[in-house]
Amino acid sequence: MIIEVQSVSKHFGNRVAVDGISLAVPAGVCFGLLGPNGAGKTTTLRMIYGVTRPDTGSIHIFGIDIARHPRLVRQRLGVTLQQNVLMEALSPAENLRVFGRYHLLRGPELSRRIEQLIDFLELRSHAHVPVRELSGGFQRRLAIALSLINTPELLILDEPTTGLDPAVRHALWARVRDLRGAGMTVLLTTHYMDEAQRLCDQVAIITAGKVIAEGPPAELITTHLAPEAVEFDCTSPEEAALVNGLGLAARRLRVGRRLMVFLQDGTVLAEHIRKHDRGDRRTLVMRPANLEDVFLFLTGTSLEGA
Amino acid sequence: MSISVPHAVAVWRRNATMYSRTWMWNILPNFFEPVLYLLAIGLGVGAYIGQMGGTSYAAFLAPGLVCVAAMNGASFEVTYNIYVRLTFEKAYDAMLTTPIEPDDVLAGEVLWAVTRASIYGGCFFIVLALWGLAPLPAALWVLPLIPLAGLLFAALGMAFSLQIAQIDLFSFYFTLFMTPLFLFSDVFFPLQERLSGRWLWVAELLPLLHPVRIARAAFRGQAPEIIWWDVFYILGLSALLLAWARRLVRRRLTN
Repeated sequence: MIIEVQSVSKHFGNRVAVDGISLAVPAGVCFGLLGPNGAGKTTTLRMIYGVTRPDTGSIHIFGIDIARHPRLVRQRLGVTLQQNVLMEALSPAENLRVFGRYHLLRGPELSRRIEQLIDFLELRSHAHVPVRELSGGFQRRLAIALSLINTPELLILDEPTTGLDPAVRHALWARVRDLRGAGMTVLLTTHYMDEAQRLCDQVAIITAGKVIAEGPPAELITTHLAPEAVEFDCTSPEEAALVNGLGLAARRLRVGRRLMVFLQDGTVLAEHIRKHDRGDRRTLVMRPANLEDVFLFLTGTSLEGA
Repeated sequence: MSISVPHAVAVWRRNATMYSRTWMWNILPNFFEPVLYLLAIGLGVGAYIGQMGGTSYAAFLAPGLVCVAAMNGASFEVTYNIYVRLTFEKAYDAMLTTPIEPDDVLAGEVLWAVTRASIYGGCFFIVLALWGLAPLPAALWVLPLIPLAGLLFAALGMAFSLQIAQIDLFSFYFTLFMTPLFLFSDVFFPLQERLSGRWLWVAELLPLLHPVRIARAAFRGQAPEIIWWDVFYILGLSALLLAWARRLVRRRLTN
């Protein structure tokens, strides 16, 4: 196992940030930690790279106890923080050089690595422009390049694509897939479920510091919901007439007027609703169920307590 | 966890790289400060003062102002600049994703503050030497003192900066601590001669007084025994404060 987290808990004052989490991430896997804001994702990451100490439990990375040998572990991993930490007066190439020195890289080896990363993250056109003049997408790519400077075996990405435009997100996903394809283990947090579904082999959904579901995205969808979703607006009294009495053992999720019903085959319900509505037809959306549905189903759709 | 020298040097080099970009904006104001004091107080006020301690007033001021330059160089670095790196730039959060540990951050930053103190003190010393206010070669003995003074004020500022939660509090540090030190630490007048015997010990508490006394002795080409107490004070207080800062930096950067 690359990451082994065993019943780890962490309190900050009276608040429980992480409550008995266990995770096991094998080599070469892209693993996603999903959860609403404040669920304990970032605290879990910080414990994994050793800057937050768990109150109880143990963490081994590459089989090494992070509490005892943080330098040894951090030599072999890379971390992209949620907020870009860049030296804005310096160019991307200079940022990479400074960061490389943190890993005690130097000379031609460091220069070669800088060139590789400039190419890999497509930073070439602005490699020598001060970072403060670069766009958000460019800065994010540089932040990821920094975390790759030591050719890590494990890459940790804290919300890698938050706030980026679709083109940049797709470009970054492609890079993460390349890295995973080359054998790197990736641990990422996100609250974009499409990102998790596209990238992750395995995900763990965390809420209130606990893992509430874990597995490959497709498996979570079939275990907790069903392959198809039918989505439409209706009031609660209408809901009974539309869905009950069909004999369908269906999972439902309501957000305001919106009702989502998860079924093995959505057409039965769709026909039933059409018949019920007669002339006055409401908009029906039929689509495959996705990870976001599972996430909402498990973590709740109310904003209270989030 | 102990200090890893190569990692501390990497922290130092980060600052050196940044500084090499902005030195024009950084060095000029700080560098002119003691020169302005020398002109206004040394030559301006000095014109009305016949002699002070057996020399012209400007020559009396010169050694103290070398220490002030070192003090300022170190102090700005470990107050505002540290705070910006800690809170706004989050530079230490990035360092701690690499094999760098909090102890290395502290060591690298102190080393950098000492470097900056040496640049300021050293440049001002060159000005004095060209001006003829630094009697050579005796005055060269202040050169090893400059980094020592830098160390003391790096340690003092660091212990303060690592505790405060708001950048506004630095104005207290500068107005209520640095300014009185600057005015009363033997730089402008011999404090000891103005204190009655019962209160002499108060002067000994002032951190800046000790480097100033050594600098003045060097400029006079003397080596009174009391400078050993001054060296002991500088090293001792620095060591105590840095030991404390070590705990603070760990608490601030990790949890």
